[in-house]
Amino acid sequence: MSILGNRVLRREDPKFLTVGGSYVGDLEVPGALFLSFVRSTVAHGRIRSVDIEQARAAPGVVAVYLNDDLGLEPMPPAMPMLNQEMKRPLLASGVVRHVGEPVAAVVSETREEGADAAELVIVDYDTLPVVVDPEVARDDKTLLFPELGTNVSLTLDFGAADAIFEGCEVIVRQRIVNQRIAPCPLEGRSAAARVADDGRLEYFVSTQAPHGVLSSLATTLGLPPEQIHVVSPDVGGGFGAKGGVYPEEILVAWAALKLGRPVRWTESRSESMLGLGHGRGQVQFVAMGGNRDGKILGYHIDVVQDSGCYPDLGAILPLLTRMMATGVYDIPRAECSSVSVVTNTTPTTAYRGAGRPEAAAAIERTIDRFALEIGMDPAEVRRRNYVGKGAFPFTTATGTEYDVGDYERTLDLALEVAGYDDLRAEQARRRAGNDPHQLGIGLCSYVEITNGLPDGEYGAVEVRPDGKVLVRTGTSPHGQGHVTAWSMLVADSLGVAIEDIEVIHGDTDVVPRGVGTFGSRSLQTGGVAVHQAAGEVVDLARQLAADLLEAAPEDVVLDKSAGRFHVTGTPALARSWGELAAASLDRDGRALMAEVDFTAPGPTFPFGTHIAVVDVDVETGKVVLLRHISVDDAGRILNPLLAEGQIHGGIAQGVAQALFEEFVYDDEGNPLTGNFADYGLPSAAELPSYETRFTETPTPRNPLGAKGIGESGTIGSTPAVQNAVVDALSHLGVLHVDMPTTPMRVWRAIEAAARPA
Amino acid sequence: MTVNGVQEEHDVEPRLLLVHYLRDVLGLTGTNVGCDTTSCGACTVLIDGESVKSCTVLAVQADGDALTTIEGMARDGTMHPIQQAFQENHGLQCGYCTPGMVMAISSFLAENPDPTEAEVRIGLEGNLCRCTGYHNIVQAALAAARTPELSSWGAGR
Repeated sequence: MSILGNRVLRREDPKFLTVGGSYVGDLEVPGALFLSFVRSTVAHGRIRSVDIEQARAAPGVVAVYLNDDLGLEPMPPAMPMLNQEMKRPLLASGVVRHVGEPVAAVVSETREEGADAAELVIVDYDTLPVVVDPEVARDDKTLLFPELGTNVSLTLDFGAADAIFEGCEVIVRQRIVNQRIAPCPLEGRSAAARVADDGRLEYFVSTQAPHGVLSSLATTLGLPPEQIHVVSPDVGGGFGAKGGVYPEEILVAWAALKLGRPVRWTESRSESMLGLGHGRGQVQFVAMGGNRDGKILGYHIDVVQDSGCYPDLGAILPLLTRMMATGVYDIPRAECSSVSVVTNTTPTTAYRGAGRPEAAAAIERTIDRFALEIGMDPAEVRRRNYVGKGAFPFTTATGTEYDVGDYERTLDLALEVAGYDDLRAEQARRRAGNDPHQLGIGLCSYVEITNGLPDGEYGAVEVRPDGKVLVRTGTSPHGQGHVTAWSMLVADSLGVAIEDIEVIHGDTDVVPRGVGTFGSRSLQTGGVAVHQAAGEVVDLARQLAADLLEAAPEDVVLDKSAGRFHVTGTPALARSWGELAAASLDRDGRALMAEVDFTAPGPTFPFGTHIAVVDVDVETGKVVLLRHISVDDAGRILNPLLAEGQIHGGIAQGVAQALFEEFVYDDEGNPLTGNFADYGLPSAAELPSYETRFTETPTPRNPLGAKGIGESGTIGSTPAVQNAVVDALSHLGVLHVDMPTTPMRVWRAIEAAARPA
Repeated sequence: MTVNGVQEEHDVEPRLLLVHYLRDVLGLTGTNVGCDTTSCGACTVLIDGESVKSCTVLAVQADGDALTTIEGMARDGTMHPIQQAFQENHGLQCGYCTPGMVMAISSFLAENPDPTEAEVRIGLEGNLCRCTGYHNIVQAALAAARTPELSSWGAGR
């Protein structure tokens, strides 16, 4: 019987539970110096002077560096479609563009000496006009790069929207803010570097993509890639924001090479809130048209994307928003246009969902407005517009080809689990009784894209003469449980015990190539590569066993219950995995091993329906999430325990965006939510337990039938919760409340509806 | 002080935080630092059985006390019932908040051995997790509370 699909407990856990993980900051790096940064205190300013003399003379200080000391070129935006002239210097060069931008780097013997010395660096600024709001930045009146004459880093223009709504009986329009969020992995950024005995650069970093880090270091520092060894030990969360490389991380390596001594850096939370990339940051102008029978005919979304001051992945999020614009619906006419602009804020990047939650939030919020306008139940409007399960593969109006789906099934199950009719009856009672605690029921049916980039992934399976199995993977888990999941895949193919399998990841010397873990790509790329490598090893071993047993390969069977090969009908004459591995080495010195680079024929499209139930105190505006029901379909599920865990975490982050979190700047670009005391990261006390269900519609795009699961929870939950809040208030005339739906915003929306201007 | 049953004696700077003493002086890196505002609880340890955030205690303030960190919870290679409950309920993903969570739950269950789910959630308000959505952490705490061995095991060494 296959182990796949079972709730296998995580093999990773005992270490984390008994002695804790080995994060970069935990590593012993003998003789390491500490790197500290002097950061900009103004959002936009010309650097008049930097006085480093006192700092240089302070106890324990080895060196103080400014940008001119580095001799390193600024980093152009990673994606070639972005305005390549909006370059990011490694330390501020003449101008600072956001609060928290590194201006000087201090190297010291101890961490404390570095912190003290950084305080002694005096930076004199001529402040410049600040632009924080992307809608204002779009006007190009205050420029971050005056020599370019524009703040625009990327424009996607697909023509006018007018024709889209021809013949529609009803058109609803809404401006929606998908606010800026701080990703907040509990471990911030951290790196350590030293020159190894062989002269190569040895580099430890908290990242989602160690091989990508290696390439970036090679490019930025001008080193041959083979001179660099990157290790990503345990990583305390990433959520997309640790997918790239940051200036501080490059300077750790640069300083170690420059000084010939090990250098390390671990940021504080306050640094992390300003330095680690932010997520989301869209203003959306959405319009939906259709008929009173509930049929949607046209949809348009115009996006203003906040890139932050140096365009990074955040600037290309509208591409993904456009791909997923029409969501689960069969809408004949639709389009999405966008402009990405720079502002005097922290650069935006990928954050759990990256462009797809923004698409889902826009259409799911707007379809509720449409339902309200025509007086139809929001579940019914959704049902009338789904792409039918017989229509796949389905190409949307914006040109995206969905693999497979059964959207209505997730709606039916979610309604059943929620007890939808009873909830509506309870809502009606509270409305009729003018109850100060109103009930809101919010729906979201979503579809998203996983493995959206056409990269392959590496996997290798090697059997050792002691019968143990070594797995190498190019994915880079940071909480997802790949060690357990990949072990299950190999155990299933080889018939060996999970305990006899070792999974290695995050070491570029041991794993020759890899892409990493982001975009919910790992199982459908790296997992499949490991699965296929295991299959190839079985074929190699079968051939070898046939030679040894003097039989035809087709007569040799693998007895998975014993982990041995034998000739059909004569199980007593058998060869174990260990014997075959030894025989392979004896024969030609080659290990019993297979390597696979798997590239999927295309991305996959997980989907589902979430229902949120909220209590809104209409006298204070306070919202309490009472229940959250999720039905998600990520194709075939390898380990339900891990899949549920991904959904739970995703739901919490989605709920947090809907109710609590927003990274806020004042008009001068000062961050107002720059630490965990001020930022609304929720605790267990603010959240309920979740009611999670799955349906399984296997994708044809890989042999496991698996889609990504990492981001679905966030994409499904955010609009459901926001819709629930508005639903609780709709009978009072409230049409929309932007996220986060704080008590103040809710209360103001109620007041505004009661007293129309 | 004693740390996980071992007597420790060091001359330290008055400004040294307990968490840095544990991590940098004693090499007990299971206790993590997740913020700088005493908000996240990743650094939670026990002083005489009661949970404290070790980023907000000076090492010298713990002079003479009995400390327990995550490294002191398992016994002879067997995980503490709370640790076991975390594995069985998938109460951890990246693992960074986990030591602090385990210590906080240990202290909480000592005060309230038979909590409701709501009490667990309020009891863990000072510990943040970004991965699990808390669902399975709460389940682990409730499961640990139901374990007969919990009371006899106590709070580590």
